[in-house]
Amino acid sequence: MSADSTSFSPSASAPAFRLAGSGFAYGDRVVLAPFSLDLTAGETVAILGASGCGKSTLLRLIAGLLLGQPSSLAGQVAWMAQQDLLLPWLTLFDNVLLGARLRGEVPDIARTQALLARLGLADRANAMPASLSGGMRQRAALARTLMEDRPLVLMDEPFSALDAITRAAMQELASEVLSHRAVLLVTHDPAEACRLADRIFVLSGAPAVLQQVAVLPPAAPRDPLSPPVLPVLRNVQAALQKAVNA
Amino acid sequence: MTNLLRPVLTACGLLLLWQGIVWGFDLPSYILPAPYRVALAFVDNAGLLLREATVTVIEMLLGLLFGCLLGAAAAICLLLSPTARRWLLPLLVASQAVPVFALAPLLVLWLGFGIASKVMMAVLVIFFPVAVALYDGLRRTETGWLDLARVMTADAPQHRLRILQHIRLMAALPAFASGLKIAAAVAPIGAVIGEWVGASAGLGFRMLQANARVQTDLMFAALILLAVCAVTLYVGVDAMTRRWLRWQADSHPSLLSPVKE
Repeated sequence: MSADSTSFSPSASAPAFRLAGSGFAYGDRVVLAPFSLDLTAGETVAILGASGCGKSTLLRLIAGLLLGQPSSLAGQVAWMAQQDLLLPWLTLFDNVLLGARLRGEVPDIARTQALLARLGLADRANAMPASLSGGMRQRAALARTLMEDRPLVLMDEPFSALDAITRAAMQELASEVLSHRAVLLVTHDPAEACRLADRIFVLSGAPAVLQQVAVLPPAAPRDPLSPPVLPVLRNVQAALQKAVNA
Repeated sequence: MTNLLRPVLTACGLLLLWQGIVWGFDLPSYILPAPYRVALAFVDNAGLLLREATVTVIEMLLGLLFGCLLGAAAAICLLLSPTARRWLLPLLVASQAVPVFALAPLLVLWLGFGIASKVMMAVLVIFFPVAVALYDGLRRTETGWLDLARVMTADAPQHRLRILQHIRLMAALPAFASGLKIAAAVAPIGAVIGEWVGASAGLGFRMLQANARVQTDLMFAALILLAVCAVTLYVGVDAMTRRWLRWQADSHPSLLSPVKE
């Protein structure tokens, strides 16, 4: 395995991230071409692609999970995956505090309570994860992500295991609570990308190349079927289809 | 109600069967004493038997304690150190090829007729299942949890021990509990074999003595008391591990939980 680590450069105006790397290979098989992606605070960028196209590899590379050495973004990143990854032996409250506990910090009880209340979990703080619905568990995972208070949030298909109604509610909630952060969202769902992202990229090819396919009008969350968004959704779907067929 | 009645009925049935065999085959009491003779032997020797049982129980508990500590330490060493994996793992596996019971005379030679050789014997049979179970559990931590922990701690080495403590060890508890239950089941075997080879006290020692003097009723009384101690130990360990693992939803009833109709 070989790759350059991603780099991070705060700019003078808005805090920004330049996520760049020279690609990634498993042995001789190059799966990811060199890439460069700028993100400003408050911006959500979605990366679309067919399953197995390298989306997760890209995200894991940026998170520093692939190289066996800390990435230069270490300490700047919060991670939210498709599974809620709640520890079954801890209450929701303690799950939200996991990061502080692992770093040996003094837990901020008041902030944890405030976050749980904000996500509508105040009365379930002492519940064990197994006793909660999938939607509630994913909300707790979102609370844990926010508790980390990092400027860049990496999300790997965080809502794809939820049913349609819960997913829509979660997307709305996530869009609201993450509005001041830079968010990199990996998804396979063009409608989700149009609902949440300010810019949309498609990742495809071997080795996989990142290509911007759409810029959306401001103010997420959007209804992907509303008149200004619908043509963008069609374009994105067409671009994704083309990428898959190529 | 039925949950309490069922074991009592089973015990009565077994006693009747036992008595039936004694009557039916007209067995002399030095071959198979009738249940009431065993009960009499128990009452007549209650003080003696309880003293011997105390010794055996202490041997089992100490063996369990040290065996588990040693097994857990070995598992954590194996997880943390590739050097330990290269050197210790083959040794561990090879050590199980030596029948532990064949070592009993040596242990008595080295550690004497007292309690130490029996505890050591129990440690030897307990150590392996605990080490293997915990090591397997530690290796199989859900990778998503570890990824999350790595991002949260920015992969800093000073936080690795806390990841081990809060995630890997906790996630390995169910596997450790399985190892512990096997350990609780084999602990009496270790203690009794140790006593058979050379001892001056303990239920195993008393059984051998009674057997040599054709006090078969006393031997049966000691045997039944040993079984009671072993079952109590297992039930206690099972209850303890279930307290730890309350967060874990059972998809199947445990060996000891009452069967629901």
